[in-house]
Amino acid sequence: MALLAVAVLSIAVGAKPIPPSDVWHALTDRDAAEYTVVRQLRLPRTLLGLLAGAALGVAGAAMQALTRNPLADPGLLGINAGAAAAIATATALFGLRGGTGQVWFALLGAAVVTVGVYAVGGGRAATPARLALAGAALNAALYSYVSAVMLLDAAGLERLRFWTVGSLASADTGTVLRVLPFIAVGLLVALAAARPLNALALGDDAAQALGARPAVARAGVIIAITLLCGAATAACGPIVFVGLLVPHLVRALTGPDLRWLLPYCALLAPVLLLGSDVLGRVLGRPGELQVGLITAVVGGPLFLALVLRTRTIRS
Amino acid sequence: MIVIRTPARLSVRLRPRVLAVGTVCLLLTVGVGVLAIGHGEYPMSPTDVLRTLTGGGSPAEEFIVTQLRLPRLVTGLAVGTALGLAGAVFQALVRNPLGSPDVLGFTQGAATGALVVVAVGGSSAALAGSAALGGVVTGLLIYLIAWRRGVHGYRLVLVGIGMSAILTGVNGYLMTRVPLMSASRAMLWLTGSLDGRGWSDAAPLLAALAVLVPALLACAPALRMTELGDDAASGLGVSVHRLRLLLLAGAVLLVALSAAAAGPVPFVALTAPHLARRLTRSPGVTLLPAAVVGALITVVADQVALRALPGQLPVGVVTGVIGGGYLVWLLATERRAGRL
Repeated sequence: MALLAVAVLSIAVGAKPIPPSDVWHALTDRDAAEYTVVRQLRLPRTLLGLLAGAALGVAGAAMQALTRNPLADPGLLGINAGAAAAIATATALFGLRGGTGQVWFALLGAAVVTVGVYAVGGGRAATPARLALAGAALNAALYSYVSAVMLLDAAGLERLRFWTVGSLASADTGTVLRVLPFIAVGLLVALAAARPLNALALGDDAAQALGARPAVARAGVIIAITLLCGAATAACGPIVFVGLLVPHLVRALTGPDLRWLLPYCALLAPVLLLGSDVLGRVLGRPGELQVGLITAVVGGPLFLALVLRTRTIRS
Repeated sequence: MIVIRTPARLSVRLRPRVLAVGTVCLLLTVGVGVLAIGHGEYPMSPTDVLRTLTGGGSPAEEFIVTQLRLPRLVTGLAVGTALGLAGAVFQALVRNPLGSPDVLGFTQGAATGALVVVAVGGSSAALAGSAALGGVVTGLLIYLIAWRRGVHGYRLVLVGIGMSAILTGVNGYLMTRVPLMSASRAMLWLTGSLDGRGWSDAAPLLAALAVLVPALLACAPALRMTELGDDAASGLGVSVHRLRLLLLAGAVLLVALSAAAAGPVPFVALTAPHLARRLTRSPGVTLLPAAVVGALITVVADQVALRALPGQLPVGVVTGVIGGGYLVWLLATERRAGRL
């Protein structure tokens, strides 16, 4: 219900406001005055928000389960920044201009960082704070690389500076269709891995006794995280905190069972992302504030509260 | 190990290896500095440079050296010293080899301060001042949020990471709000650059160094005791909370002022203390060697950026790429050693 409400709001709010009651009318009726605005701009944007939100939320939950670490987040651990670095490189070196190539490069960058993060934080458990610190250091390195690339390539700077904040504004039907298959596959793989991941939470031996194959499950989750984060970043830039906070909020509702947690994350994360996007459009009138800024500014204090409250993280 | 005792119950321990490494690094820095002054549109041989520095050059040489090239070199040295020292202090405070101002949000705070000035339009003096202010305010915020009956390592780290994520978002937003010309100016500043630095850029940092270097070095023995744990340090007569506050304030000030002078030169604060510790083979805190190594790294990186690479690249590109590579290697080895 909340998802539906946010989606309607996302279509309704903008430089030309449309009353929520007219949204359905505008969506279906070819002759309605708002048909073009809705179909060409707001609908793709809303769909992209739904997809990217679901991708980030599920990726965050899967990562927290995989590394057994409550502070795991694709943004904080540098996976989104890895995708950003790969795209920046491709833009500067090969003159990449959007399109499917961008998605593939993002996937490549995300894959490299995901495997790296897992090598550092998986298996023998690193403490949450140490893993977060390693991720933050990696983030800093990747961002300084991205800014160096942007410095060398003025034309790249002009386009990348908007993309690196994290925004849904560039969405069109093409973008949505390009990332849709990647995110869909990623979501399916993650959902399929929920059961073995549950077993893995008990430890490798117990998981094997329960019939799960730890290596296969981990590989599956890593692939899923790569697909989800890479595609989401390619479409709307690096966005932080969505993947961190949503699983924590959802866990209060569903408990730790991933078979419930992952689907609920896929529903609630888009609410947060689209909500932030709508908020950005309302606050920034007549222009807009990028959604990445809103999630950083709203999510940051929540992250601080989480850190200061939770006993396990502090130790 | 040599121990020098004075009648006034003051004693100084000197490790020969630390002395040797420090001296070699200093000599190297001076050598690179002389070469750096000699390089440019008007090339000068090292002997010419030394003659001019000691006051025996022609008026033209005098002008080139003291007004054009020396300020850049001195700014680089001062920034490197400040970052190396601050990095060593941060790493000791949070007790983690990754605790550096780039990671903990102080650098991002300085960047926010600078970007605000770029966005509203202001002189470069205003930009420097605002950057310093941004760094200090961020440091204060992080301290206040993390404070709970004293500041402990990991709460500081996590609050710093949270702040840096928030500020990265804000910085990205500010970058989109300025016209492209200002955006490239901001980008150049954000990368960390020594181009066209004059005496007025270096002066505030030099003044701060004159005060803060002795002050921080005086804290070093107490800092070494806190490595035994807070309780043991308190038992040995160290006021742990006050010490942390003092060290944090000093290090934040150094980072903020060096960002004001040259922009946030990345990863010098991370790598210099590591390199110093490896070279001197000393356990624990090495403040002075870290400062010397930091100065050396910065000046060498600036020369590499100027001479070895095409185009006039800013120093931050070189330290960022080298520091990033070092960081990946560090993560891998720390992981293998089970320290992460």
